[in-house]
Amino acid sequence: MTAATATRRPGTPDDAVNGVVPGEVVRPTSVEEVAELLKAATADRRTVVPAGGRSKLTWAAPPSSCDLLLDTTGLDRVVEHVAGDLTVVAEAGVRLADLQARVGDAGQVLALDPPEEGATLGGVVSANASGPRRLRYGTVRDLLIGITVVLADGTVAHAGGKVVKNVAGYDLGKLYTGAHGTLGVVVSTTWRLHPVPPARRVVVLELPDASAAGPLAIALNRSTLTPSAVELVAEAGGAGRLVVVFESIAESVSAQARQAVELMGGGAELDEVPADLGRRPGGPDDVLLRLAYVPTGLTDVLAALPAGTHLAASAGTGVAYAAVPAADAAGALPAVRAALAPHDGSAVLLHAPEAVRDQLDHWGPVGDALDLMRRVKERFDPERLMSPGRFVGGL
Amino acid sequence: MTALAETPVSSRTADLAAGLRAAVGAERVLTDRVQTRTYECDGLANFKVTPAIVVLAESRQHVVDCVRLCSEAGVPFVARGSGTGLSGGALPSADGVLLVLSRLRRLGPVDADNAQVTVEPGVINLWVTRDAAPHDLLYAPDPSSQLVCSIGGNVAENAGGAHCLKYGFTVNHVLGAEVVLPDGEVVHLGGRAPEHPGYDLLGAFIGSEGTLGVATELTLRLIRVPEEVQTMLVGYHSVEDAAGTVSDIIAAGIVPAAVEMMDALAIEAAEAAVSCGYPEGATAVLVIELDGPKAEVEAQFAQVEEIAGTRNAFEVRIAADADERALMWKGRKSAFAAVGRISPSYYVQDGVIPRTKLPEVLAEMKRMADAKGLRVANVFHAGDGNLHPLVLFDDAVEGQAHEAEELAGDILEQCITSGGSITGEHGVGQEKRMKMAKQFTPEDLDTMQLVRCAFDPDGVANPGKVFPTPRLCGERPGVRTGEHPVQAAGLGEVF
Ligand SMILES: Cc1cc2nc3c(=O)[nH]c(=O)nc-3n(C[C@H](O)[C@H](O)[C@H](O)COP(=O)(O)OP(=O)(O)OC[C@H]3O[C@@H](n4cnc5c(N)ncnc54)[C@H](O)[C@@H]3O)c2cc1C
Repeated sequence: MTAATATRRPGTPDDAVNGVVPGEVVRPTSVEEVAELLKAATADRRTVVPAGGRSKLTWAAPPSSCDLLLDTTGLDRVVEHVAGDLTVVAEAGVRLADLQARVGDAGQVLALDPPEEGATLGGVVSANASGPRRLRYGTVRDLLIGITVVLADGTVAHAGGKVVKNVAGYDLGKLYTGAHGTLGVVVSTTWRLHPVPPARRVVVLELPDASAAGPLAIALNRSTLTPSAVELVAEAGGAGRLVVVFESIAESVSAQARQAVELMGGGAELDEVPADLGRRPGGPDDVLLRLAYVPTGLTDVLAALPAGTHLAASAGTGVAYAAVPAADAAGALPAVRAALAPHDGSAVLLHAPEAVRDQLDHWGPVGDALDLMRRVKERFDPERLMSPGRFVGGL
Repeated sequence: MTALAETPVSSRTADLAAGLRAAVGAERVLTDRVQTRTYECDGLANFKVTPAIVVLAESRQHVVDCVRLCSEAGVPFVARGSGTGLSGGALPSADGVLLVLSRLRRLGPVDADNAQVTVEPGVINLWVTRDAAPHDLLYAPDPSSQLVCSIGGNVAENAGGAHCLKYGFTVNHVLGAEVVLPDGEVVHLGGRAPEHPGYDLLGAFIGSEGTLGVATELTLRLIRVPEEVQTMLVGYHSVEDAAGTVSDIIAAGIVPAAVEMMDALAIEAAEAAVSCGYPEGATAVLVIELDGPKAEVEAQFAQVEEIAGTRNAFEVRIAADADERALMWKGRKSAFAAVGRISPSYYVQDGVIPRTKLPEVLAEMKRMADAKGLRVANVFHAGDGNLHPLVLFDDAVEGQAHEAEELAGDILEQCITSGGSITGEHGVGQEKRMKMAKQFTPEDLDTMQLVRCAFDPDGVANPGKVFPTPRLCGERPGVRTGEHPVQAAGLGEVF
């Protein structure tokens, strides 16, 4: 491999990280180059924000400084797919969609379905992005079995491995999941895959009052049915649609769909999964929140959201995305957080129009482990050069 | 550390013992060697160290008091659950405190609608499923030691079990933990909800083998009892055919709840111990279990049966009811202990290989064993490539114990070479820490140490375990200990 093929150019407003324009954009194409770049940046005390497909850069707070945007899309190799082991190793800049196409040829899938277009594996890990099928397969932390990262000082470190079962050493993959580039750069990832189920069947139930969805989702959870997803699309204070997806062998999905209709007291059956399943609600003018709470909290969540809010909830799991009209967001956010508190809930900002962004507390309360998180950050990035200010507590 | 050496160990621990008695009550502090010797080892009996002090904690406050006093005195402490660990993780320090958590055994009420329950760390694994059962729920991680091992120990080891293949390990079933950090501070990692803002420190804590702090409460995820469970026992005349069956099942897109394999020697042992009635003359058996919705299990079970046939299975037995299923599992779950029936001593190994390498690694293992004139019984979680070779030896034969240990080590290196791991579920502990340097680079290990230093800068929590060389958490150049300017300016917390 030839060295130093990284391309560099000045940052432009199009490169802005949640409103902050980087001084320079650099696109390395190998792990060694990433290590060199970070080492040099540390020597010069330059701040670095890693970016992949840039589909979720607004999910973390604006950086307090961004000298260098480290574009990881040049790390684009699928290193190894062993179909017999249901594992794949791929660099961080590989697009999730491209990886799915590749392993899909072998009838396999990485069971993560966040809807953001153009997302890369490194971005999915760093933002801990998930979609409807988390109900069945879990999230990044359940599927990532190995990781390679580069620390601010250029150290290249691996953890985990290529086998699904492995308890040797600390699981650094967990630490980097959802860390938004504040502990270093994720450069390679190893995943557990699943077989693509051969058949699917979907039950769609229209609810005149969306708040009926909570008890239905719990009833589904408590049944022996094994849906891949139970998604509610709703408007606060209004109607909703519950979409229940079954994916398995043909005999099973038709039997389960029938049972689901019976259990819910209605619903129309479809043969295909709707294309918009799991789509995040709202648009660029709304404030998008990710809410997490114990599953029984859904009814209270719906009640706490201001009128006009559009919601897409993974109803069985206790995660929902809410698009709040921007004008109402600053007033509503504290109330939403208060309503979520009894459900061990949290509300995190994923997107806000520039005009209101500064009025909103991005992460909300973090709990009593914040000091410990700060100590972790200090050990991994003592100079505070990696994505400074983007994380909880200003980390 | 040097400062500690100035005070003689005995007087230092004597002072500490006095402090502990005052804090947690004299009846919970043991220093009499006859009593403390009870705790000299865990399930790996070839390492033995009698601890200076044993504390039998009964509440979180006892844990906090004990840990804080240890930290102030600079005395190491080792947490202990049920002591069934197989890597020496709960091996005490001679000049330290063994903190026993088995009296912290309260279970909270099952929250059936949210499928979760909060328990104390000394609670026995099986009790969780027992409490969940009336709600048609169960706790999925099922180590073979589940009758006796503790949830705290499971969390510390990220314990697995026969049903990991489909349901994952302990880390996939713990939602939250209350942890007493090595300086006595209490933090809550994760919680009851599925996500929380901030680093996933819960994920880092699980599997940290007691080196990052002491769990005093755990919130566990429960799963719905499946509608249907079917189990079969399949006999083969060759290990290759058994391994081939596993590959074919996976290739067919079936994810069984469990696929366990035993070889001839392991079968012989189980038969001698529990008369499980496995197919006579089998060179290998598989225990295959499918669970889920009835229609799915029935169709896939028939498919698995067919696959076994094409792989020359000479006997396929299907459990007709729960009793028959239990008998099939009895042979498998008693296999470790059963080996004692056919060999005076044995060494339990735990390694992982990519599933597709199974036949070649097994052949290589046999070659290595033959070269040493030793026998290896194999019991393993075949579905996820987690091997448990049992190296048989006789202490009475001069040098054989050493040979066995060497063979067990060689097998691990074979696992690493094949792209696997030195441990799939028993942990690194005391036993395998030197092997960590073979699986990981110095940079990898140093990076893991950063986590350690953030949680336990003084290195008092289970020191000397997991990592090959103990390291001090010296201030690295540039580490800020005070407030960062951004924070000081009041800007830090607003984001
Ligand atoms: C016959 C037999 C079969 C087994 N089968 C399996 C199996 O199938 N799968 C498997 O994974 N394991 C198995 N094991 C190993 C063992 O049972 C597990 O590792 C178990 O999780 C240990 O639990 P324990 O309560 O005995 O922990 P201990 O042995 O007491 O401790 C284990 C480690 O956990 C730490 N620890 C304990 N409690 C806490 C706490 N509250 N906070 C922080 N750290 C703590 C200790 O310091 C130590 O490092 C088996 C063991 C035996 C003897």
